Amino acid sequence: MDTRVEKKKLSLRERYHLMTRGLGWEPTYQPTEKVFPFTAYEGIKIHDWDKWEDPFRLTMDAYWKYQGEKEKKLYAVIDAFAQNNGFLSLTDARYLNAIKIFIQGVTPLEYYAHRGFAFAGRHFRGEGLRVACQMQSLDELRHTQTELHSISVYNKFFNGFHNPLHWFDRVWYLSVPKSFFEDANSSGPFEFLTAISFSFEYVLTNLLFVPFMSGAAYNGDLSTVTFGFSAQSDESRHMTLGIECIKFMLEQDPDNVPIVQRWIDKWFWRGYRVLTLVGMMMDYMLPKRVMSWREAWEIYGEQNGGALFQDLGRYGIREPAGFRDACDGKDHISHQAWLTFYTYDPVAAFHTWVPSDAELDWLSAKYPESFDRYYRPRLLYLREQQAAGTPVANKNLPLLCNVCQIPMFFTEPGDPRRICYRESVYEGERYHFCSDHCKSIFDHEPEKYVQSWLPVHQIYQGNCFKPGTDPTAPGFDPIKAVLDYYEINNGRDNLWYDNSEDRRNFEAWTAEARGN
Amino acid sequence: MSNVFIALQDTDEARPIIEAILADNPQSQLTHSPAMVKIDVPNRLVIRRERIEEITGLPFDLQRIHVNLISLSGHIEEDDDQFVLSWKR
Repeated sequence: MDTRVEKKKLSLRERYHLMTRGLGWEPTYQPTEKVFPFTAYEGIKIHDWDKWEDPFRLTMDAYWKYQGEKEKKLYAVIDAFAQNNGFLSLTDARYLNAIKIFIQGVTPLEYYAHRGFAFAGRHFRGEGLRVACQMQSLDELRHTQTELHSISVYNKFFNGFHNPLHWFDRVWYLSVPKSFFEDANSSGPFEFLTAISFSFEYVLTNLLFVPFMSGAAYNGDLSTVTFGFSAQSDESRHMTLGIECIKFMLEQDPDNVPIVQRWIDKWFWRGYRVLTLVGMMMDYMLPKRVMSWREAWEIYGEQNGGALFQDLGRYGIREPAGFRDACDGKDHISHQAWLTFYTYDPVAAFHTWVPSDAELDWLSAKYPESFDRYYRPRLLYLREQQAAGTPVANKNLPLLCNVCQIPMFFTEPGDPRRICYRESVYEGERYHFCSDHCKSIFDHEPEKYVQSWLPVHQIYQGNCFKPGTDPTAPGFDPIKAVLDYYEINNGRDNLWYDNSEDRRNFEAWTAEARGN
Repeated sequence: MSNVFIALQDTDEARPIIEAILADNPQSQLTHSPAMVKIDVPNRLVIRRERIEEITGLPFDLQRIHVNLISLSGHIEEDDDQFVLSWKR
């Protein structure tokens, strides 16, 4: 028998170069700037597109192979969870309200990201970068789908899951993540990558996915933890795209540095504001808690972000302008958000509650500097009012920040007793902001942010009622009319957990599952 | 000096990768969280293919790390034999 000669395998490096280089061409029918109209107007100067390299050196063939494997694993778990009524082993149905926020506010962002990366992949010049954007675009579509699939099991049994895409375009608190991503998607491709790949994925995404998914595991939600970690493994690649893209821009031309710094300042703050919802989820919505928002911020924001910006110092990049204020907020934002949502629960498609005594003690221990002093008394007051049958509901609509669109509940850095208000006048109109950093974003591009679709303004202008609604009719109830427009089932999807159908059902079903 | 970190799923498949990291990075600090493991190392973390193969007795393609990877920090440098995370390349 002949000796078998092994065919020499290409190295990772060689394979990557063969499959990502020399795939493009110079257009001849049309001038280049007409085919790629968005690569220059942001002011970013690129001299050699081939200098961009994916350090994972992932090629399409390997991509399909590993993605296929991840999908098979994930769907086996989703099926098993649904088939065996896995939801009965959740710690508590309160937990599901965090998942409601996820499907309502995060899943639609995955779809926006799919579109954003398809756009970026189309409009960049270098093939290496285009291939990476294309893979990420596919990943994001996968995340949208797998999240809808794994969460859909809850829609069979619980409220607040039935209409997330309709809500995303209308409901007041969902305009926070929606406007964040629309801001990114309406930027040029380089700003988009700085916004999403770098500021969100690299700097901030650990704060969303890691504690969220560990929290899901802790609370018995096998379905969510599996899709979460399956998505997160893609996320590591996305983070890498983010940091590589920043280094690429900074290394290509020193003129790029101030442009990139301004984007980092803006998008760090935009992302940080969106994560307020995550802070609230970690501190209040997980019956079994993994870590506090403050602890997560210290690990992933301060330590990890600190190391990153120290490293980027060699390019002349400093930490984002809002970084110190974000660190100052770690003792406060989750509590301030939860108190606000509690009083607006009549118009939210998820439930809130006052934490139990043991949970209040946990919060005191995690927030020794702020909780007992500023927040526990307010929660105890809410509990007292609820017990008296007069739960505190805010019937007035709040002033929103014109940039992050969050109600103006954040306090002054260094003084948690005073609400932070900022304003700017542009073309004779006054605009309001929650912070110096949101104001600075507006002041740099007022033409963009005067167009903000602010839910409160829209309600007052009469744009959030169903056609045919007559606000002048006797006995007109604007809140009911808005809920009708939102398609939130009044009395089922909204209001406090204690008297909810979700609670009654979960308690009855789990009792049944544990006895005969 | 700053830490770099890698977070992996706490699964059977990831176990030899975790063991290999601990063996090749003596300054590793391991943290267990529900369903995941996070390993912090000052400045530089290396994953060597040969070490994983030594542990399992099977050939291993380093790109398989993707299947169990959750998150990481630092700059990445990967080839057929090793996967490196570091600050300052």
